[in-house]
Formats: sequence, C-alpha cells, structure tokens
Amino acid sequence: MGNQDAPVKTGTTRHFRIWRGDESGGELVDYQVEVNEGEVVLDVIHRLQATQAPDLACRWNCKAGKCGSCSMEINGMPRLGCMTRMSTFDDNETVTITPLRTFPIIRDLVTDVSFNYEKARETPAFAPPPDLAPGEYRMQQVDVERSQEFRKCIECFLCQNTCHVIRDHEENKPAFSGPRFFIRAAELDMHPLDTRNDRKEYAQASQGLGYCNITKCCTEVCPEGIKITDNAIIPMKERVVDRRYDPLVWLGSKIFRRGQREAEQTARESAPVGTAHSHAGASHEPGAEAEAERGVHWGRQVPQPQAPAVDSRGRLPISEFTFDRPAAPSPFGEDVTFPMPPKDLNYAHPEQKD
Amino acid sequence: MTTRIERHHYDVVVIGAGGAGLRAAIEARLAGKRTAIISKSLFGKAHTVMAEGGAAAAMGNVNPRDNWQVHFRDTMRGGKFLNNYRMAELHAKEAPQRIWELETYGALFDRTKDGKISQRNFGGHEYPRLAHVGDRTGLELIRTLQQKIVSLQQEDKKEHGDYEARIKVFAETTITDLLLDSDRRIAGAFGYYRESGEFVLFEAPAVVLATGGVGRSYKVTSNSWEYTGDGHALALRAGATLINMEFLQFHPTGMVWPPSVKGILVTESVRGDGGVLRNSEGRRFMFDYVPDVFRKQYAETEEEADRWYTDPDNNRRPPELLPRDEVARAINAEVKAGRGSPAGGVYLDVSTRLSPEEIKRRLPSMYHQFKELADVDITKQPMEVGPTCHYVMGGVEVDPDTTAAVGNVQGLFAAGEVSGGMHGSNRLGGNSLSDLLVFGKRAGEHAAAYVDTLGTRPKVSTADVEAAVEQALAPLERKGGESPYRLQQDLQTVMGDLVGIIRRKSELEEALVRLAELRDRANRVSVAGGRRYNPGWHLALDLRNMLIVSECTARAALEREESRGGHTREDFPTMSPKWRTVNLVCSLDGDKVRLEHKPLPKMPPELMKLFDRAELAKYLTDEELAEFDALTAEAHAEEAAK
Repeated sequence: MGNQDAPVKTGTTRHFRIWRGDESGGELVDYQVEVNEGEVVLDVIHRLQATQAPDLACRWNCKAGKCGSCSMEINGMPRLGCMTRMSTFDDNETVTITPLRTFPIIRDLVTDVSFNYEKARETPAFAPPPDLAPGEYRMQQVDVERSQEFRKCIECFLCQNTCHVIRDHEENKPAFSGPRFFIRAAELDMHPLDTRNDRKEYAQASQGLGYCNITKCCTEVCPEGIKITDNAIIPMKERVVDRRYDPLVWLGSKIFRRGQREAEQTARESAPVGTAHSHAGASHEPGAEAEAERGVHWGRQVPQPQAPAVDSRGRLPISEFTFDRPAAPSPFGEDVTFPMPPKDLNYAHPEQKD
Repeated sequence: MTTRIERHHYDVVVIGAGGAGLRAAIEARLAGKRTAIISKSLFGKAHTVMAEGGAAAAMGNVNPRDNWQVHFRDTMRGGKFLNNYRMAELHAKEAPQRIWELETYGALFDRTKDGKISQRNFGGHEYPRLAHVGDRTGLELIRTLQQKIVSLQQEDKKEHGDYEARIKVFAETTITDLLLDSDRRIAGAFGYYRESGEFVLFEAPAVVLATGGVGRSYKVTSNSWEYTGDGHALALRAGATLINMEFLQFHPTGMVWPPSVKGILVTESVRGDGGVLRNSEGRRFMFDYVPDVFRKQYAETEEEADRWYTDPDNNRRPPELLPRDEVARAINAEVKAGRGSPAGGVYLDVSTRLSPEEIKRRLPSMYHQFKELADVDITKQPMEVGPTCHYVMGGVEVDPDTTAAVGNVQGLFAAGEVSGGMHGSNRLGGNSLSDLLVFGKRAGEHAAAYVDTLGTRPKVSTADVEAAVEQALAPLERKGGESPYRLQQDLQTVMGDLVGIIRRKSELEEALVRLAELRDRANRVSVAGGRRYNPGWHLALDLRNMLIVSECTARAALEREESRGGHTREDFPTMSPKWRTVNLVCSLDGDKVRLEHKPLPKMPPELMKLFDRAELAKYLTDEELAEFDALTAEAHAEEAAK
C-alpha cells in the first residue's frame, strides 16, 4: 500500500505517543497510526479511537476551533487538537500528546477543569443599568469593540493551563483566577453600560491580578489571538496602580508634605483593598528617581510596580507564605534583577548615536 | 440495585445546554423553580457556538420598513408554507424582545451608527434583519446565557448561601431514558456522568428537551458528536410524536478541503457580504438556478446583482442569496455536471469584492478558520465549498404556544432544533438563534406553569430504573461483538448515500432495509474498557438514538412524493399543493416506527391576507385559493360598504 500510482496521496504511518492513565497514574503509550494529507491531530486521535484504542478518552465538539474543547499539550505546547495541522510536523517526527498539566486528570487526555467554572462563578456578573429598558441600549461600535475582543474567548483554558502562577502551583489556585477571568474583568470594565466601577480593584483584590508577572505565555497560547496581557492585564494593572500608587504623587508628598504623611497613612489604611505600598523596582531616592524618570522611555511596555493584594485585615494572603521563596513574587517576573544592565533597557538617548 | 444510584430532585430538568436549553432554564428559574441543566459536554461548548451569521429579529434598526409581518412572511416563504403558522407568527413577534433582553444580560452586538443593534442581510430575509457579532454570534449567545445563569447563581448564593440552590448545571452528563408514571406523566430522567460512568437519576415532573439535531448520522456534516438525535429518540420512546422528519437542511457552503474539516460551515454572510459562487469554468452559475417562485425578487444580470450591495432599494438581490436549499441544489447540480472543483465542490470568492481589511473585520472567524485549518487566505483566494448536512427541520411535534410535546405523554416540552414545525420544510438562516430564544423561553415558562398545576408528583418506578440500568450496561457486558465506531460509519454511509440531499424511491427503500440490519447489529455491539470516560461506550449508547431517528427520516422521505425545501425527490421533482396540507407524523409502536398523515393547521385569514395572491397560487391547492378569493372579496365588499 502507499506506493501505488494512486491519484490521491495516500497516508503515511506516523509515530504517536499518547498519555494513557487516570489519577492514580499512567504512562505514554506508543502508537503507529496512519496520517493523511490535510489532517489535524484530532483526526489522528479519532482514527486511533476507531481502530486501536476505542476507549481513548478525549474531549472534542466542533472540530473547527470554535468551542475550545480539545485542549491538550502537543509536544509540550498547550494547543487545540483540531487546530494543529499534521503538516506542521516533520515527516518522521514523533508527536507526543499529554493532557493539560494544570488540572487534575480524569482519564487519558481528559482533565477536570472545574477550577475554571468555579472562578467564573466568583467573578461578579454584568450589572445592567437600572434605568434602561430592554431595547433602549445605545452603544457605539468603537466602544463595544474593546470588550468584544475578550468576548471572542472560546474558554479552551489553554491560558489557564499555561500560566506559571497555577501550573505546578496548586497552592495558588484559591487566590488566583487566571488570565481567562482577567479578560472577563477587563471586558466588563470596558463594557460601555456596566454599572460597576470596581472591576479593576476587584481583579486586584479578589482575583489575584497581582500574582501575574506578565510573561505573556497566556497570550502566546491563545488560539483566538486575544492580546490577553497587553490589552487586558497590563491596562488593568496600570490603572489600579495609578490610583493607588502614583510615583509623582508619592514623590510630592515625600518632599513637600512630610507633616501630612501620617494623616495620609491613616487614610490609606482605611481604604478597602490592597493598599500596601510597594518598594519593588524603585530606589526611593528622590534624585535618582527623578533622573530615572527623565531618562526612561515611558511608552515602552514595562510593567508597573505594584503591591501584592492584601485581605480585609490588611495582611498578605496565606498563599504568600507557602510560596517557594521568601516574600511575594516579583511583579516584573522572577528572571529580572535590578538594577537592570543598561543594554537591556528599552531606551536610546536622543542625542547619542552608536 | 437502584439504591446505589445518585438521585436528585428538581422541578424542571432541561436536557441540553445550548441556546434553547439555557434560555429555558433561565425562565424556569425566574419562575422560582428548582432547575437542572443537563449538558452532554462541558458547560458553554454547545453546538450553538457554531452559529455564525446572526439572530433574525425584525427590530427595524437598519431598515425601518421591517416588522414582524414581513419576517413572518419570509419565514413561511422560506419553509415553503409547510411551517406551523402559529410558531412562525410567535417567532416573528417575539424575536426582537428576546434579542433586546440579551443586552440586559451583557451581550455586545455589533452596532449601527446611531448606537442600536446592527442588522445584516441574509438569504431569504427581505430586509437586513440579523443581529450579529462579527461572525461569532452563536458564541456570543451561549456566553451571554451562560453568564446570565452564573449571575442567577450569584443571586441565589446571596440569598441561600449556595450557588446551586436553585439552578445547577450537570456538565458532561447524558440522559438515556425518560421515566414516566402509570398515567404517562413525566416522572424523571435517567442517565450517566460521562466522567465517572456512574448513573444518575433526576426525579422531576417536567422535562424540557433542547438537545439539538441529528447530523451525526451523516457522513458530511457540520454537526458535532453531540448531535445524535437524543431528544428526538427520548421523545419517541416517551410516547411523543415527531413531525417533518424528512426535511433536513444541507447547508450549501461547507468546507470540502482539506479533508479534516470536511463539512464545516462557511457562513452564509460570506455571500451576504459580497461572496460570489463560481464553477470550475469561472461562471457565476447561480443566475441559471433562480426558480420561478423567486424570479421577481432576484437580479437577472451580474451588473444588477453587484449594484444591490450598495443600493438595495433600487436593485434586486444577487441569486447567491437564494434560500439555502436552492443554493445547495445548484451546487450539487454543477458538481454532478462535471463543473466542480478538484475536491468536489465549487468556488466561493469574497476576495474580488472586499478589501483584505474589510474581510478581516467583517468575517474574522472565517478568515481565521481558513487560515488556521486549511492554510487558505480568503482575502486572496477563493474557498472550495459544497453541501453539508446542517440542520434538521423536523422534530418533536409541539403545541405552538406552550411547546408541550404532542402525543401520549404529559410534562414533556421541547424547544430549539429538537422541536419541529417552526421552520416548515426549510429554515432561513438566522431563524434558528431567534427560534431557540423565543421557544426556549416559552418552554421554560410553560414547564414551570405545568409543575404548578400538579397536585402530587409523579413517582419513578423502580422497575423502569432497573431496565434503564440494564440497557445502559449491555454494550459493556457483551463480549466479542462489533465495534460501535464501525457501526456508526456504516450508518453514516447509508444516510449520506441513500437518504442524502437528492433522494429516490429505490434508494430510500434500500436504506430502510439497511437500517433494519443496522438496528439488528446494534443489539450486538460490544465495547472495550470500563465505564470511566469511555467514548466507545458513549457512542454505543448514542447509536440507539441515531438509528431510530434515521429510520423516521427515511420512512418520511419515502412517503412524501414531492420536492419541497429540505426534501428533494428526483422522481418527484416539483412541489405539490396537495402535499403542502400534510404533515408526516412519526411515533413508536413497541420498537417499530409508525408513520401517519396529519393535516397541517390552517392559517387564519388575518395572516393569510399578508400574502399576495400570485405568491399563494404557487403553494396552495385550488380549494384553498378559492377560499382566499372569497376572503378578499368579502374584505372588498366591506370596504365598499363603508
């Protein structure tokens, strides 16, 4: 077979390794399976079910990248099985398929994703304007488009799966909702007619937005191409920080209004959520900061420093203590140390030429 | 035995978590009923997400001349007057309210310049009528309803301290049997959790079926694995009747290349936004296929058709926007005549009319889908498309106002694709999303009202539960039998080849013989593995439903000796006014399908008057026309008297 002069290109036999097992354990099982031109990974799984492995468990529905059911890790990358074309692999490449790592195994490629539904339930729902009857809603296209980007989400949970905050960190799950629900918060925040105005603060205080260290992995794996980090997380972080910690305001109070600082401190403490003052990433030496400010290109996308979320008693959430290193995780990512070497700064002096 | 089965008590159990099911559940919960939602897959994955074009509702936002009468007329016209007129009427009247309601749940539709919900053109609709969100309207609808349910759960949590106090979603749960009491009232529903394979019994006096369609019985289909006709079969076995089962919609433009995505839809709005169909010779062939009944409304030249996109008031629409069945038949004819593409389709090209930016803005997920799945850039090259099994018009026969199932059962309701009558012989694009909102709401409302009328709750009999358990375990306990996958493939081949888009007497008769063999083989299917998330076992249980529903389709298709909408008989190629007055009704007698003729409900004069005589003459019998003439003469006389 395969070498005849058939008009249609016949299939080739390919090597697949698929994780089989349940919560008590399992292993990668080898399969030799036929692959035809134009097929995707999910087609191959279906062929395995119909031939060699009838009880191979795998979720799928639409097979068109619209429902987000067939999430799996293909050669270690979180992907949709229906959206991964076999032509993207080399002809003799072994394709290894494993279940999503962040969620508990049910069987084979099926995991228990109820974590996501619990987080969805905790996120406050759309608050409709009380004075508008159905049919009276008026919004401009340009205003709905920002939220519409996030409403494209197909809830494949690949972003949740890939996020380091909960991948291999079960202990962070209670306090952290994950990228899927940050974009939900951002979507409602940007909804022209939503009447709640504390979406960002809620994300910071109750969804664990502060845990995110902007590594953009979620954006990278999103099959819908939603700019999760740039368009949802960073704007929310920035604006939460603007309100609670503005470096200029802080500087002013330090230089000119020393006497008032105690009063301000009290006011801060009575503020509802997450008012801890952050020292991350700044020297707090006024001269140096002013200098830095003049020289820094503010347009670039470098995350703003921010305080970790605190609970109603003004304490850090307990998971901070179970974290695998002292103190809170750096909001800039664990792989960034300060001061940064000048070559890593996204800045060129206008008068200097190299 | 039954003591080990997990039991739940609810007022209303909604089977199906697509648009109709979720809307029904919302309504039942708002009526204060404890409501369970049974979802075959995860919550929010239902097939509704695949609907792209939009939801039809005569809001008149884009063209103020639109109103419910025009929508009603279009719907009846699209269904070739076989629709249940009352359902079409309720649908046209209530759709705008149902859409506006979604905005209060947080939906974000695309907008007009003055900030209202934008509406787009679609095949068969006289005015721009489809509320949409790019080309992912179904996803928006599901997400909105899903989030509304969450918001109700949050209210319940505030009030009762428990999210699931009054509404609970049972994800990845399949119902295999409905249970009745001795008075043939619904007493409960029996099923299993897919994840664990454990059985679960819902005791509830009212069940809403919202399980969608039957497309999985076909070789080329846009439907997901869930579409195995569960609700149709559950209703039949519970004593309810199915109507119009011969009418299946083959969407004219499914992807035919690459093979992995064969069947997946290319939304009709590609044509609404300027996509044209060409054969392998480059000819825009749809002009050759405009049927007489539509001649007046469609352009005759390419020039006129092209002008319509910018000036719809003074030009007639392009023939690419003919109702779906006409387009599907035309493509089929072109391919059969040897003018098809290499993969057996025709070319759909949107790149010649719209700029790449405009295509990406208007059809983002189409662009995305073709790029990702087929490596085809629709802004630069045409797509290869052909007919794919898409929607079943037939379904549970229901009372139009209450959605209560007709037949020998009480407490059973049906909404959405699983119900029949609303769309007649052919559904217009955009009418399904509005259908499931309008009748989903009605189903929830009337299921709740029915529960209030009950004095005592119907009781589930232990023997029935034991029988259901036995039935469910049978494929696992048999050894050495046939694989369910093999059987499904054979079923798909039979239906695709013999009960497909174009039908013949001899083939339909052969199909019935083959289906009987398959039913026999199905009794011997065995599956490997255990009960825990075992797709082979799940398929074996679904097969029972697919087989019985397929038989209904084949029998009704053989009986109806005419061609109309989603039913084309090569040996009876024209529409017959006599057959328009007949609904074919399927019921179950033991395990045999029984087929009966039943007269179509008669449209009242005030609705009849919305059509002009010339149009009615194409559909009605001479007697019906004479009645219509008498009616108009009466009206003229009255006017003259004034």
